[in-house]
Amino acid sequence: MSGEEFVPLSLTPLLIGVCAAVACALPGNFLLLRRQALIGDAISHVVLPGIVVAFLLTGVISTWPMMLGAAGAAAVAVILIEAIRRLGRIEPGAAMGVVFTTMFAAGVLLLEQTDTSSVHLDVEHALYGNLESLIWLDATGWASLLDPEALAGLPPELPRIAVTLLAVGLFIWLFWRPLKISTFDEGFARTIGIRTGALGLALVLVAAISAVAAFDAVGSIIVIAMFICPPAAARMMTNRLESQIGWSVLFAVLSAVIGYVLAGYGPLWLGWADAVSAAGMIATVSGVILALAAAFGPCRARAGAPGTG
Amino acid sequence: MVELAAKQGARPTDPSVQASPLAIRGLTVSYNQKPAVFSVDMTVQAGSMTAIIGPNGAGKSTLLKAALGIVRPVSGQVTVFGRPLEKQRARIAYVPQRASVDWDFPTRVIDVVLMGLSRELGLLGRVRMWHMARAMDCLHRVGMHEFADRQIGQLSGGQQQRVFLARALAQEADLYLLDEPFAGVDAATEKAIIGVLKDLKQAGKTVVAVHHDLATVTDYFDHVFLINTRKIAEGPVAEAFTAETLQATYGGRLATAQIDQIAGALG
Repeated sequence: MSGEEFVPLSLTPLLIGVCAAVACALPGNFLLLRRQALIGDAISHVVLPGIVVAFLLTGVISTWPMMLGAAGAAAVAVILIEAIRRLGRIEPGAAMGVVFTTMFAAGVLLLEQTDTSSVHLDVEHALYGNLESLIWLDATGWASLLDPEALAGLPPELPRIAVTLLAVGLFIWLFWRPLKISTFDEGFARTIGIRTGALGLALVLVAAISAVAAFDAVGSIIVIAMFICPPAAARMMTNRLESQIGWSVLFAVLSAVIGYVLAGYGPLWLGWADAVSAAGMIATVSGVILALAAAFGPCRARAGAPGTG
Repeated sequence: MVELAAKQGARPTDPSVQASPLAIRGLTVSYNQKPAVFSVDMTVQAGSMTAIIGPNGAGKSTLLKAALGIVRPVSGQVTVFGRPLEKQRARIAYVPQRASVDWDFPTRVIDVVLMGLSRELGLLGRVRMWHMARAMDCLHRVGMHEFADRQIGQLSGGQQQRVFLARALAQEADLYLLDEPFAGVDAATEKAIIGVLKDLKQAGKTVVAVHHDLATVTDYFDHVFLINTRKIAEGPVAEAFTAETLQATYGGRLATAQIDQIAGALG
């Protein structure tokens, strides 16, 4: 494909897909090791009422109110999960399940009852995203990357998710040591003065921000898949957290690129007329990568791993 | 309430508290309204090796965790070398129960030991040659230097316990608090651990350990602290580790024959 075609039609969706996948996979590594992987799922659901409420209050689909609304909803969810776990004395997984389904359901009701038909905020969009539509019409070819006028016409989702990715990366780089120590041994972490409660909350909030930014661009299916699949596959490739992060980034990028290409061109290769959903295909590819890692990864059978005694 | 606060405020000037590596006053911790530790005072002697002894569920681990600020007490005060805990973090090393962490965590033995240096390294400080050398030296002291590059999940229980001890050594603390360091370890490990702890005592450090095996108390420790939710006895082994105090600590849970045997061993 020539640059004239590729740059306006495929470059931006690809970059957005890659950034969203990596932004979710990075915090996903820690959530997975903390047995909190379900929080990724929970967050991607509870952001819906947060976004709807933010929209109702401001009347516009704009990133910052949406981000705040979603982060607020995530905070409410985290507090509710904690409260239900303590007052009801039930396990955290069940508390999460109750909270996120209820809040998601409330979000759906809110959405249905309010006049959001004029904007592209609907359940289908929330689930599957809109990756294919994030095209860059001002671009005429590779040269446009250096043309300020054309760059001004970039879909706004791209800088947003890129900045989010940068922020997530920065958070993990800066707090790498305390995150690693408190994930491995929370009691020890507290004795050396790490504020594990605040750090755990910060991690969930960072995950919430990634989820919101990614959700805005690519829908919640990718968000849920990227929080879990690349980190879980990466864990089976290595026994070091540092390398696990590297593998998870690689798997996230591969999922996004292969998924996007397969969705756009795979059906044509098979002789079908229509492309399939890029978000769905990206999530599927990440699942296939996980399956391959589970079957062939060098560290899949570990002493002490769940199920091996 | 006012009276109580005033009384607590006055306590740190107490000379025994000032001199003690770990002094606890009026500590009560409760989970779900039921107190696990009730109104406990503890004064650890400097340079001692103290065993915390009591039946299952007597609050031994909880006492240690509250002393370290891991669990929040309902009331009570903890001072470390005469100052509040928060200001003395660098002087304390803690060895948690081995079973309290997930050993499937993707990290190597040497990385766990390096965690003991994290206060010095700070957020972004790079691990230098001398940090590595110190961590390796700590692994040497527990006999685990050949395992530095192993994934921690590949170790036996005793080896994991020694790695935890090496991490505490790397902290170069003055007060070492260990939660059941001998639980479920092999004989070689037990010997290695007690050797290291006795070396620490020789170097003037203070060691406090939750301990389960009544038969080894007199060999391993010079002080005991007996607890069953409330403090039962505290002091040098010869004075506080007696048939009476054990009976009071364990009640009917310890056979009379067992107590007589221990009392007999004490002479």
